[in-house]
Amino acid sequence: MIGIKQEKCDYCGTCVGVCPVDCIELSDSFIQIVHKICIDCDLCIKICPIEVLYKVEKN
Amino acid sequence: MTQEKYDVVVVGGGPGGSMAAKFAAENGVRVLVLEKDREIGIPVRCGEAVGGAGLREFMEPKGAIISSPIDSFRLISPSGIAVHSSAEGAGYVLNRKVFDQELAILASNAGAKIQTRSYVTGLLFDGDYVCGVKYRFQNQEDREVRAKVVVAADGVEARVGRFAGFKTVTKMKDMETCYQVHLANIDVEDGVCDFLLSNKKAPGGYIWVFPKGNRQANVGIGISGKFSAEKSPKKYLDEYIAERFPNASEINSTLGGVPCDKTLSEISGNGIVLVGDTAHQVNPMTGGGIVNAMKAGRISGKIIATAIKEGNVSKKRLSEYDREWEKTVGKINERFYKIKEFTMKLTDVQLDKTAELLVEMPPEKRTLFNVFKTAVRYQPALIWEVTKIFFG
Ligand SMILES: Cc1cc2nc3c(=O)[nH]c(=O)nc-3n(C[C@H](O)[C@H](O)[C@H](O)COP(=O)(O)OP(=O)(O)OC[C@H]3O[C@@H](n4cnc5c(N)ncnc54)[C@H](O)[C@@H]3O)c2cc1C
Ligand code: SF4
Ligand code: SF4
Repeated sequence: MIGIKQEKCDYCGTCVGVCPVDCIELSDSFIQIVHKICIDCDLCIKICPIEVLYKVEKN
Repeated sequence: MTQEKYDVVVVGGGPGGSMAAKFAAENGVRVLVLEKDREIGIPVRCGEAVGGAGLREFMEPKGAIISSPIDSFRLISPSGIAVHSSAEGAGYVLNRKVFDQELAILASNAGAKIQTRSYVTGLLFDGDYVCGVKYRFQNQEDREVRAKVVVAADGVEARVGRFAGFKTVTKMKDMETCYQVHLANIDVEDGVCDFLLSNKKAPGGYIWVFPKGNRQANVGIGISGKFSAEKSPKKYLDEYIAERFPNASEINSTLGGVPCDKTLSEISGNGIVLVGDTAHQVNPMTGGGIVNAMKAGRISGKIIATAIKEGNVSKKRLSEYDREWEKTVGKINERFYKIKEFTMKLTDVQLDKTAELLVEMPPEKRTLFNVFKTAVRYQPALIWEVTKIFFG
């Protein structure tokens, strides 16, 4: 699962541009991942310019 | 639910969206531009550099849209060898906020209506035709607006095209992930834009220093998504600034992604076209996307208006835009893409040796072809690839 450091996000949309399943919702001051659709490929974590996203291990 | 009706709905109030709106409205159709942010032009996610020739196709480079004119570019190799090329009026560092607002004003003067705080969340369909959008207005009210053609000009996020089935997603290696700071109190040469190539300092991309006058500059970095997992662009840039501009003050910082790819194979569909970053129309070598988005807006805006007046907005009719784009900019971008792939294969030593040879060459001989001919000397295995770039 992908975690988000909400207060750090700049809403730039780069993660949305690489997400293969379009499961990141972003407006000008809000970001959310639709976990049901997410395939945990981690591309969003790798591309974010300022390391807002991180891996959360599922139990 | 409120339902409105227009001929054209443009999603996104950036350079691509505003120019599509202007050229459609000028050609006699009713246009609405929906922008999610509360103000056009903000936030600025840009190095703000544009080529002079491209800009002059659309407007006089004067007044508040310009921060500083550029008359020379300097390519700097990993060990610091600088290769100059200069020409008066070569380019400009814009004031991008004012610039984007000026473009929106041009669109509204042509008759388009601009509406901010309008976040598009989905498309409306009539059979296999796109016929409008759903959007959230001022973060509280859900609205729909019908249109004969939707222009997706929503930038790097590129969701609107995906709603219609376009494959707008950018491959990791082609997404340049960027971080930039506006620095003050630094020693920079006005009028000179620097591009620093180095696999160590900016893998798969470059560091830029674009002077804004008064001892200020946009200093930024873009690196390929292929390399960003190990270290973020912000970390690379922080290191560079600490070394090169230790006493600088940071006025602001910004970030974002640039799809440095070939144009998508299809940029129009039934009742929809894609314009700008969402269509991957950036120059894939430099990452410059402002003027290309404007050109795409101009081409598509005119074609959409004519198609609507003819009563045919099928993919077949609108694909005149695909062909026109391919003929004008698309094919040049394919070349730049190959050159980018080639440059990414050069080691730092090869880049240095290339630069050494280039500085000895008289500036007027430093054509793209000569630059690559020189580079190839140090990477003979790539001769074949370069041959393909220029002849294939
Ligand atoms: C750090 C950085 C530096 C750059 N430096 C340069 C440079 O020096 N020179 C250059 O030429 N290019 C540069 N670029 C690239 C350039 O900024 C883009 O290519 C250009 O802005 C593309 O224009 P556009 O109209 O396609 O998209 P954008 O300018 O991104 O506009 C898209 C608009 O759509 C809006 N939007 C998105 N989704 C929705 C939605 N669902 N509903 C409503 N509105 C929506 C956004 O808010 C935005 O305003 C840089 C990019 C970055 C990230
Ligand atoms: S890439 Fe990072 S900063 Fe940009 S929107 Fe995604 S999480 Fe936020
Ligand atoms: S992990 Fe992959 S699928 Fe999930 S949000 Fe990130 S990019 Fe999208």
